[in-house]
Amino acid sequence: MENAELKRIASQVRRDIVRMVAAVSSGHPGGSLGCADFFTLMYFEVMKQDPKNFTMDGKNEDIFFLSNGHISPVWYSVLSRRGYFPVPELNTFRKLSSRLQGHPTPEKGLEGIRMASGSLGQGLSNAIGTAQVKKLNGDNCLVYTLHGDGELQEGQIWEAAMYAAAHKVDNLIATVDYNGRQIDGDCDDVISLGNLKEKWQAFGWVVLEMDGHNFDDMRKTLAEAKAKTGQGKPIVILMKTEMGQGVDYMMGTHKWHGSAPNAEQLEKALNQLEETIGDY
Amino acid sequence: MIEIEVFGKKDTRSGFGEGLLELGRTNPDVLALCADLTGSLKMDAFQKEFPERFFQVGIAEANMISIAAGMTIGGKIPFTGTFANFSTGRVYDQIRQSVAYSNKNVKIAASHAGLTLGEDGATHQILEDIGMMKMLPHMTVIVPADFNQTKQATIACTKHNGPVYLRFGRPSVPIFVREDANFVIGKADTIIEGTDVTIIACGHLVWKSIEAAKELEKQGISAEVINMHTIKPLDEEAVLKSIAKTKCVVTAEEHMYHGGLGDSIAQLLARTAPTPQEYVAVNDTFGESGTPDELMAKYHIDTPDVVAAALKVIKRK
Repeated sequence: MENAELKRIASQVRRDIVRMVAAVSSGHPGGSLGCADFFTLMYFEVMKQDPKNFTMDGKNEDIFFLSNGHISPVWYSVLSRRGYFPVPELNTFRKLSSRLQGHPTPEKGLEGIRMASGSLGQGLSNAIGTAQVKKLNGDNCLVYTLHGDGELQEGQIWEAAMYAAAHKVDNLIATVDYNGRQIDGDCDDVISLGNLKEKWQAFGWVVLEMDGHNFDDMRKTLAEAKAKTGQGKPIVILMKTEMGQGVDYMMGTHKWHGSAPNAEQLEKALNQLEETIGDY
Repeated sequence: MIEIEVFGKKDTRSGFGEGLLELGRTNPDVLALCADLTGSLKMDAFQKEFPERFFQVGIAEANMISIAAGMTIGGKIPFTGTFANFSTGRVYDQIRQSVAYSNKNVKIAASHAGLTLGEDGATHQILEDIGMMKMLPHMTVIVPADFNQTKQATIACTKHNGPVYLRFGRPSVPIFVREDANFVIGKADTIIEGTDVTIIACGHLVWKSIEAAKELEKQGISAEVINMHTIKPLDEEAVLKSIAKTKCVVTAEEHMYHGGLGDSIAQLLARTAPTPQEYVAVNDTFGESGTPDELMAKYHIDTPDVVAAALKVIKRK
């Protein structure tokens, strides 16, 4: 897909995100905006999938796990824009009886979601299980994950990291949203992540880095990651992003991690984000 | 005169091991994961025969549960194996989010449950697990009574599509369920029919209750003994039918008063047919090191305790 088209979609996704959280005065816009470009590229270009015929087993499809479930707005927007479920359903986000729960779940039958997430640190383990079953089933498709960088403070992530290397889970590409911020402040102030690249390398992973707002760089890096699958090592991509990307007053701070804009702030945000495919 | 045929003596965990091995041979979708307790869980035969379907996770139980949940995507039926304590309390959030809320077809095989784990002491003797597991929506909770029943339950839980908590133990106990019995999840077994008192038990306390019924018989009391191997969903019909006859009930389990089988029965009766009930269970205390027999006596979950509870509840009618 042309970068210009991806940008148009990502702009609409960002509008969806701020409108969804503003409508219910709750949700997590910061990380959602930061990962809008990544999700757009993954779902509109990179992953092999069948949105109109969603199955839980996803045989012969690439499978995506969102481990940091709080950035559900970006996932819901991209899933609906890609055709998994009707776009107007975005109106129901976080409302009573909705399939679009605050944090994602398959329990309500929303197409595109295979595992609940929200309690952090579990998605890498989930993805490993699915990746190992893909091998047992002779299914050559891949398993992708996304994690927050603050989420890496959870111990289970490192249990999973150790296991994946020991069991040579090499059909798995994990991505870390490396924006350096979490709910209480900068990661370095909350609990320093130290040298993430060396940590993952020490655990036996192939480590790649990319700019989460540059489609060419992401495309190249994801292709490189894919080329490195099947070689006995799991792969992780440290993706540099800016929390709140696209809305000036949400950037450069952790304050919009889990806060929704008010009506005035929403208007200010929407003025910076072009309506391209059409608001829901 | 009560006569119950006994077919030898074995640990329930070996019933799980045999059931798992049989599943390995009959169902290619069955997988097994273990957190460094393969011998204790009797999973070694499966591991040896099906190495490609066995996953050694190491000492990382949270990772094991979440991996198992992921393995259901693609159509597999994973069994996780570790002690009951590390199968529940240690990983409650992983089970809650990835298994129960996500409604995944994971079978949590939990060995060494309760006091009869013995000498390792209270750190390992979980007495709260039935409560924790039955509170989770979508979860089925099974506590088989002997070797044969544990084997049958292991196989039966693969016929049910959804999360299952299968709880069994360490010590060798009498086998009284027939090898060819038909295990049905949620369908209680009435082992002894009686008219004066209903004793509803699960796990190791079923045999203790059979012994108690024999003792009560000597005192001229006719006790009905029900093996409530499935705590959730509860066989309400079996309970109500029995207490309609006996008008009083004793519940017996290797678990805390709070949250166990007794609570499930009490809730049912409070809603439908208030009935005098006595609990044989551990009373809000941790266990300690000791032999299984010593511990069951000291913590009052032994045969004499079932007898005493029956005599007491009959007086309350």
